[in-house]
Amino acid sequence: MAILARTRRGLLPMMIVQAKLYLREPIATFFTIAFAPLLLVLFGLIFGNEPADLFGGRGPMDVSVPSYIGFVIVMVGLIGIPIQTATSRELGVLRRYRVTPLRPLTYLIADVVAYFMMTLVGTVLLIVVGAAAFGVRLEGSVPAVLAGFTLCALSFFALGYLLAGLAPSARVAQTVGMVLAYPMMFLSGASVPLEVLPPGLRHVSDFIPLTYVVRLMRGLWLGDPWTSIRLDVAVLSGILVSATVVTARVFRWQ
Amino acid sequence: MGLRKVYGLTRAVDGVSFEVREGEIFGIVGPNGAGKTTTVECLEGLRAPDGGAVRVLGLDPQEEGDALRERIGVQLQESALPTRLRVGEAMTLFASFYAHPLQPRTLLDELGLADCARIAWGNLSGGQRQRLAIALALVGDPDLVFFDELTSGLDPQARHATWDLVRGVRDRGKTIVLTTHYMEEAELLCSRVMVIDHGRVTALDTPVDLVRSLGAEQRVTFRSEGVGDDVLAALRALPMVARVERSGDRVIVHGESDRSLTPILSVLDGFGVAFHDLRTEQPSLEDVFLSLTGSEMRD
Repeated sequence: MAILARTRRGLLPMMIVQAKLYLREPIATFFTIAFAPLLLVLFGLIFGNEPADLFGGRGPMDVSVPSYIGFVIVMVGLIGIPIQTATSRELGVLRRYRVTPLRPLTYLIADVVAYFMMTLVGTVLLIVVGAAAFGVRLEGSVPAVLAGFTLCALSFFALGYLLAGLAPSARVAQTVGMVLAYPMMFLSGASVPLEVLPPGLRHVSDFIPLTYVVRLMRGLWLGDPWTSIRLDVAVLSGILVSATVVTARVFRWQ
Repeated sequence: MGLRKVYGLTRAVDGVSFEVREGEIFGIVGPNGAGKTTTVECLEGLRAPDGGAVRVLGLDPQEEGDALRERIGVQLQESALPTRLRVGEAMTLFASFYAHPLQPRTLLDELGLADCARIAWGNLSGGQRQRLAIALALVGDPDLVFFDELTSGLDPQARHATWDLVRGVRDRGKTIVLTTHYMEEAELLCSRVMVIDHGRVTALDTPVDLVRSLGAEQRVTFRSEGVGDDVLAALRALPMVARVERSGDRVIVHGESDRSLTPILSVLDGFGVAFHDLRTEQPSLEDVFLSLTGSEMRD
């Protein structure tokens, strides 16, 4: 109990500060919260949402909404988290926290929760825009989508902290994050539906972590049976666990 | 067995031993790269020493870090806050880390930052940043405060203002350990000074005793037109005067100026000599430093 109380000390204020700091970065805020809904509106205006055989009798926007959730997640996980974390280390912010009674675990929990809330806000906004503009509606269950979303977000956050831990500087973290994130967005179905990719490229997408996020979110959103998403859950859980274990070994506070 | 810290083949700190007394301002001085920051970071628990025993407030910084961090306040030499974090937010945040924090608002008032509460770290001046660093070091109501190169990069005015704040911290009953490479700062603030160079302690004493140990002469100089040989002879005859020189209208009396000043004046008065521009010159801690390290500051 004493440990729990010590870990809770400073948790809420730190969470609020981290969220505020995120919202004060205009570029980060734009890409997390506004970009995916804007992209949805843009493609919706181009393609409409008429049912098509290519998407199993659903419209392009019906499958785009859950897919774009992957877009929000990769923005926060592979770009937002590595840049912010490596910058905080580079400036000596983490060192400064290290000489206070604040526990490293408390900082980490606060940080993760703040990023999670940002990702959630971006995702909810995306869903609201999809519903309002194109009549997109959820076919699966809310708890299942929320659980899948949490797994997807945490596994990519873990990759983000791992990248921040390995990168020697904030600049390197930013570069590597972008180099990883942008091809992923286009080859995973997060922006362009996998159905329109040629078979060769679709094979490549099997080796891209974000593909499993897109598949899982689409599957849960459309109410697919558990058997069809088992692999996605397994892959993402594996990423979450292994990235966390490695991060715990390589992460530097200074 | 003193503190040791090795980086590769470099012995950054090599057998440093000292004790800080409650309520004092303890200065660690030395050229850049002497091992000051490494020593302090071992005390703060940021670095694990490679040898020697460290006890801070009776606690081992490595083994009992949690308990220690509750009771120390730290200003780090190269450490920033998030650029967009505001002064008031930083104070509230840091206060939330401690079991018994001080009122952030009161501290900001006392450090002259009350009007800056809504200004972001990135927009503060150098002096304001250092004042915030002091406020953040104090917000946990610590028993022991570390200041590492607190006034580096400040203009002289801000530096003097910061010295007043450091004295204010001592007057609250806090013990202070500060590192500096400004000898003037150490001389004015510290009750005791430890000089380290190449990771070793070369001297540890009060500033006054350090200067005295140098054995350097103090001097009294003045200008006068009418000093004859008889006056010089009378000055030479004074017991605490070692030597008297004259060049042009300038007369230099070497000796212990503290005690020789009054006799010198009465000799001049007795001979009816008119003089002006009288001054006493003493060696400073700077001279001590130069003689101990044999060098200028390494930058």
